Amino acid sequence: MNLYPVRAIYMAELSRTRRTLLQSIVSPVISTSLYFVVFGAAIGSRISEIDGISYGAFIVPGLIMLMLLTQSVSNASFGIFFPKFSGSVYELLSAPISYLEIVIGYVGAAATKSVVLGLIILATAGFFVPLEIAHPLWMMTFLVLTAITFSLLGFIIGIWADGFDKLQLVPLLVITPLTFLGGSFYSIDMLPPFWQGVTLFNPVLYLISGFRWSFYGTSDVSLAASVAMILLFLGVCLALISWIFRTGYRLKP
Amino acid sequence: MSEPIIRVSALNKIYEGGFQALKQIDLDIQRGEIFALLGPNGAGKTTLISVICGLVNATSGQVVVDGFDNQADYREARSRIGLVPQELTNEAFETVWNTVNFSRGLFGKPPDPEHIERVLKSLTLWDKRHNRLITLSGGMKRRVLIAKALSHEPRILFLDEPTAGVDVGLRREMWDVVRQLRESGVTIILTTHYIEEAEEMADRIGVINNGEIVLVEDKAALMRKLGSKQLALHLHEPLDSVPLALAAYDLQLAANGSELIYTYDASRTGGAEGQESSTISALLADVEAAGLVFKDLHTRQSSLEDIFVDLVKER
Ligand SMILES: Nc1ncnc2c1ncn2[C@@H]1O[C@H](COP(=O)(O)OP(=O)(O)OP(=O)(O)O)[C@@H](O)[C@H]1O
Ligand SMILES: [Mg+2]
Repeated sequence: MNLYPVRAIYMAELSRTRRTLLQSIVSPVISTSLYFVVFGAAIGSRISEIDGISYGAFIVPGLIMLMLLTQSVSNASFGIFFPKFSGSVYELLSAPISYLEIVIGYVGAAATKSVVLGLIILATAGFFVPLEIAHPLWMMTFLVLTAITFSLLGFIIGIWADGFDKLQLVPLLVITPLTFLGGSFYSIDMLPPFWQGVTLFNPVLYLISGFRWSFYGTSDVSLAASVAMILLFLGVCLALISWIFRTGYRLKP
Repeated sequence: MSEPIIRVSALNKIYEGGFQALKQIDLDIQRGEIFALLGPNGAGKTTLISVICGLVNATSGQVVVDGFDNQADYREARSRIGLVPQELTNEAFETVWNTVNFSRGLFGKPPDPEHIERVLKSLTLWDKRHNRLITLSGGMKRRVLIAKALSHEPRILFLDEPTAGVDVGLRREMWDVVRQLRESGVTIILTTHYIEEAEEMADRIGVINNGEIVLVEDKAALMRKLGSKQLALHLHEPLDSVPLALAAYDLQLAANGSELIYTYDASRTGGAEGQESSTISALLADVEAAGLVFKDLHTRQSSLEDIFVDLVKER
């Protein structure tokens, strides 16, 4: 492995973030704050505690996950889609670098950004509700693993997409609904039994549940199931990416 | 002759959809030469370059760069190649300095600000180094692409229509840069529509048409082999046929009989040249003796352009 290309890609991607600081950091922070004002303060005050946790605090892990998933996917997908779209991908493909190096550069940068964003949102949440983190190490593990996994997914989407519409499609039609229905704002105990069963097929539920457990020690599904689910996700994304590069799918005619 | 720096063997490319853009291409590029690849639109020039550089998957065949297979040893092969693409593409919001340094890093080289400075200065981009790419003119953007390709000190440089959309002054400047690079030992492969460019720059010329290499030849030899000169006499009175008195010469009538054309080989040098001009004097004397009056005469030399048009038409 040659570290210069990895660093070149990583730094270039982060500098792109710096150029678009407003939309990459400020806007997610503002929208999260709005969620807290509306759900945490206004509506949350009328909702009883869940598992002994105030509603405002209960939604913190879910909100962070929501932002983490959508931002990871959109950052990473844009990062590789844009060179493809502008044509500057020629340089990436003609450079003496391995696929692994390309992926580490792009996905590493997108994941870094998401993790930082997640921590900023966590700090923002601290202004609205009292926070306690029962298992900080697990919390970081979930944060980092989720950021990496969904940045990989975003990278795949960025390669697959051949237009801006498709770039928006997956986050809008898949990620956001799965996150909302995956217990970001409620515990699945609150659902009728049938829908509880259906929700168990939602992979995002496992991520949110595990992440919430690292905060409050309560969860909808077991910790082992959460960890297994995220590793499964990671494995599927890695397999897809290695297939993409082996065949040149949507990269090389 | 030393081992070629690039060896393309039996290369075929069939695009998805079944279009065959390259047909059984065999091509050797010699170390240190300037090779011009000429061909009409859609001939397959860009496709050939793209396969060599790893942007397009070959359907079959092999490319060896400086002894390294461009698939199996892609790192070695690609690290020797700089590519300036045909289309202007870049990260619009980056600065010249950043984007050129990025390229160097991407090719696995440690930072070397002095080298980048030299490259930017040689391309007269130094004053623009802090500009964002979006603020540059088209010609400048093309030079930035060249700077990116040179940032990692390649041994081989591909220029896909480097002077398309570049004004005459700048074109000359680029030719100078290319010559300097050649002097420093870089092998250069350029594609162009401008025959003038190939004629001016290249050591060897390859012509590609419909995905096939039609010809590869030393430029000088090519000019010699195919370059003929014509002497045209514009007659006062049109003729129906070449007068018998002039049958000894190989003459043709053109322009409805008002032009008499004598074709001869311009490549004969030295004494032969003198011989040719004495033949022309004799011809002119005989023309006069035959009672023909001409109001004007001129000579034409076939350029690469004519050769090229002939070659491509033949197919
Ligand atoms: N990605 C692709 N898919 C299908 N066909 C393609 C693709 N790229 C090029 N072609 C076709 O292959 C042929 C050769 O194209 P290429 O770009 O190599 O030509 P060229 O010689 O570079 O032409 P120009 O002088 O216009 O740049 C053309 O007919 C083109 O339409
Ligand atoms: Mg072309």
